[in-house]
Amino acid sequence: MGLLSDPNRRRALISLLTRLNAPICVVCYMAGVAWFMGLAFEPFTLRTYMSENAMGSTMVEERFPAGERALGTGREFSAHKKKAGGMPVDWLVKTMQSRGLEVFTQRFSRRLPFPDEDKERYMVKGTNVYGILRAPRAPRTEALVLSAPCSPGDDNNQAVGVLLGLAQYFRNQVFWAKDIIFLVNEHDLIGMQAWLEGYHHTNTTGMDWSPLQGRGGSIQAALSLELSSDVVTSLDLVLEGLNGQLPNLDLANLFYAFCQKIGVLCTTQGKLQRNDWDSVSGYSHAVQTMMLMVMKQASGRPWGDHGLFLRYHIEAATIKGINSFRQYKTDATTIGRLLEGMYRKLNNLLERLHQSYFFYLMPSLSHFVSIGYYMPAFGLLALILLLRVSFQPRLLTTYLLTDGVPGVLSVLTPLVISHLTGVALYTLPIHFQEIAVEHFPVSETEAVVLTAIAVYTAGLALPHNTHRLLTGRGTENGWKVLKLVAVLYLAVLLGCTALINFSLGFILALTLVPVAAFVTPDVPKALSAFIMVILSPACTLLFSVFLFQELQEMPVSFLDGWMLYLSVISQGILDHALYGSLVYPLVALLVYPCWLLFWNILFWK
Amino acid sequence: FLGEQCCTMKILTLLSLLATHLSASSVNIEENAGQFFSSGHTNNWAVLVCTSRFWFNYRHVANTLSVYRSVKRLGIPDSHIVLMLADDMACNHRNPKPATVFSHKNMELNVYGDDVEVDYRGYEVTVENFLRVLTGRLPPSTPRSKRLLSDDRSNILIYLTGHGGNGFLKFQDSEEISNVELADAFEQMWQKRRYNELLFIIDTCQGASMYERFYSPNLMALASSQVGEDSLSHQPDLAIGVHLMDRYTFYLLEFLEDIHPSSKANMNDLFKVCPKSQCVSTPGHRTDLFLRDPGSALITDFFGSVRKVEITMETINLTEPIQQVDGSVSDGSSVVPPGVHR
Repeated sequence: MGLLSDPNRRRALISLLTRLNAPICVVCYMAGVAWFMGLAFEPFTLRTYMSENAMGSTMVEERFPAGERALGTGREFSAHKKKAGGMPVDWLVKTMQSRGLEVFTQRFSRRLPFPDEDKERYMVKGTNVYGILRAPRAPRTEALVLSAPCSPGDDNNQAVGVLLGLAQYFRNQVFWAKDIIFLVNEHDLIGMQAWLEGYHHTNTTGMDWSPLQGRGGSIQAALSLELSSDVVTSLDLVLEGLNGQLPNLDLANLFYAFCQKIGVLCTTQGKLQRNDWDSVSGYSHAVQTMMLMVMKQASGRPWGDHGLFLRYHIEAATIKGINSFRQYKTDATTIGRLLEGMYRKLNNLLERLHQSYFFYLMPSLSHFVSIGYYMPAFGLLALILLLRVSFQPRLLTTYLLTDGVPGVLSVLTPLVISHLTGVALYTLPIHFQEIAVEHFPVSETEAVVLTAIAVYTAGLALPHNTHRLLTGRGTENGWKVLKLVAVLYLAVLLGCTALINFSLGFILALTLVPVAAFVTPDVPKALSAFIMVILSPACTLLFSVFLFQELQEMPVSFLDGWMLYLSVISQGILDHALYGSLVYPLVALLVYPCWLLFWNILFWK
Repeated sequence: FLGEQCCTMKILTLLSLLATHLSASSVNIEENAGQFFSSGHTNNWAVLVCTSRFWFNYRHVANTLSVYRSVKRLGIPDSHIVLMLADDMACNHRNPKPATVFSHKNMELNVYGDDVEVDYRGYEVTVENFLRVLTGRLPPSTPRSKRLLSDDRSNILIYLTGHGGNGFLKFQDSEEISNVELADAFEQMWQKRRYNELLFIIDTCQGASMYERFYSPNLMALASSQVGEDSLSHQPDLAIGVHLMDRYTFYLLEFLEDIHPSSKANMNDLFKVCPKSQCVSTPGHRTDLFLRDPGSALITDFFGSVRKVEITMETINLTEPIQQVDGSVSDGSSVVPPGVHR
């Protein structure tokens, strides 16, 4: 008879699970963490390869000649930018027109929910300028985008220069099968959001923009260029986009293939890959690169102007030029040739990039781990939750039958109150900022962040007493049912999160699964309360900030780290309001109430 | 006295030489007459098919057009060529040199030219259309340029290229023709007396699998690779950005460029084209169904449309059965002098 269909064997299996539940949970947890750490070990990864037949190899002749002229154009752009005090719209329009593009502009304006202290803006008004290079012989059905941001100060002038230089060179070629749109966006992500919304006729974030006069067909791929120096020592590829979405791996493969062909140093996460995977330092280097990617993906924010394209199923990446203290420098002509090669290959595409992976992690630019390999790490953690649930048969029905309505109420109350606290955490910070500014000597941004922290801390105190108030006594088995419900809720929540954004799901699982598995009213209160607060989402975020700075080799002191933490919270709230990032609502409305349920269980008696 | 004898000797030698020459040439005429009717075909047809579309399959179109060019150069007119190209590379938006298809690096040889006549283009190249062309089962409205109007005296060259596998050839990325279907189509052709001899050349991966199932007589087949081997492409062109030709057809084209209409090169030379050192894959051929000796089959029997003309002052007796060169006797009643075709 089969293992599960034989009643004797089934009883034996269940008794085994019941007896050894805690040790199995611990083993699963360690196995999950070990699996995750093992992902960066090179023999467990695969080399990247081009999956799309149409893009083939790097078999193309790059002949872009005008790097110096592009840098000159960049200097002109810089001068005009200083003169105009922002985006030099007229000069850009004239320059693009002289290169034979069809030029259009788009105005946009947006009032942020509260001032952004990192970028020092509140009422944002700007103009995007874009020129369309029409394909000489093709119908206007598909397009490629090359964009460079118009940044304040001295940043990214060379990027605009190279963009205009490439526009002129591309205009003289006859082999373009798709329209190429050269876009210079103002106010980086806000401008890009306005342009994309205008292009696709959607309005998801409540921004005000003028409709686009010219269009180029459905966009197949986009690259965003950030270049702030005349020469670079390496090119960095940024893949992480909004809500942790990644472009198709073929785009990264294309970039890497051309880097190798042309001989430019290429990095991802700013880290150059090493060859000594079998040494400890080599392995830790790969782990650091992968952890950086995981943390960037978990934050749910777009890490380059490309991040907003991904939502529209347009594969996009950002290429950053980095000028560090290396001997070998790459000039603008070579960068232009690399981009020319990439665009010629993208030109050969017959359909959207779909042959390669959409879900992957990269411990280095030449190796990747696909979803089939990294998901078991999360699966092992989720298994702990299922093991915890599994040996409570018929608990819910017994409880309802014996204790009746007051029993149900004592379980329902914490649920409702936790979620109401979550709703308060989501809505109060922004709505109460005026009142907070009146009564306390803080700026609006600080008011928002501090209100959020205050609501979060207040939530710790609230459920502690409420259920006693309502029912008069803590029912003995009520906490078990609440725990069952909470563990299932957490399992579903984490599962769904991991499917969409694996990194966020995994990091939340790392901290919340131990809490969910082991909290009961019987554990020592003070110690468990301390551990629970350490493992709560807010503290996880605090530790992540410090870890992120460590990984980037820019460690911060505690005070700086705390200020960084506050700015991270404000950026998270802003991202949600401006671009529709889902991390802040997820944490406030779902993860925090779930954690509060477990807090409730801890203080049941 | 010696001088006179010398003169006489010289004259005698000359006369004897002349006599030998005359007798020899008269014997040669008889032999040549035998060779004249050795192949038994009176007209030539070619069916050239490129089965793949998309810009990165540029080389398949270049392959087909190269064979088209050779075949036209050696004398087969457009009216006797059915050219099927699944995609238009010359006018593709991605072609940096519009209206050209190059088969050589550095753009030395443009096989598209200005007198290419494509009979089946784009989506018309399907398995069904191909089989209908071969078997002749076309709707009455089909124009003559799209028909294979061969008879039992036609030598047909069939050239296929594209992506293939063990036992199949892919058409247009959406359907396949199997080797069984192809063999049955050739059997239909044999039974309907639609060919005299047929040369089948295929340049795809695992091409030899396509001729494994042939069972009709008078078929000769060549393939660019054996089962389990891939046929490789020859050279990329960086300016155009694609591979220009496949190896087998590249060396085949090189070989054919040396053939002229009166060339006496035969099939054994064709089998030597592209050895493993050049092709990386092992080309294969099949001659067991071919009734003549491959050494006696000229290249121009299939690739060209050659009028056999031999000028002679002699009278040749045609009322007796003519001994064909390979020993088999052709019935005098079915001997049709070359130059007459239906």
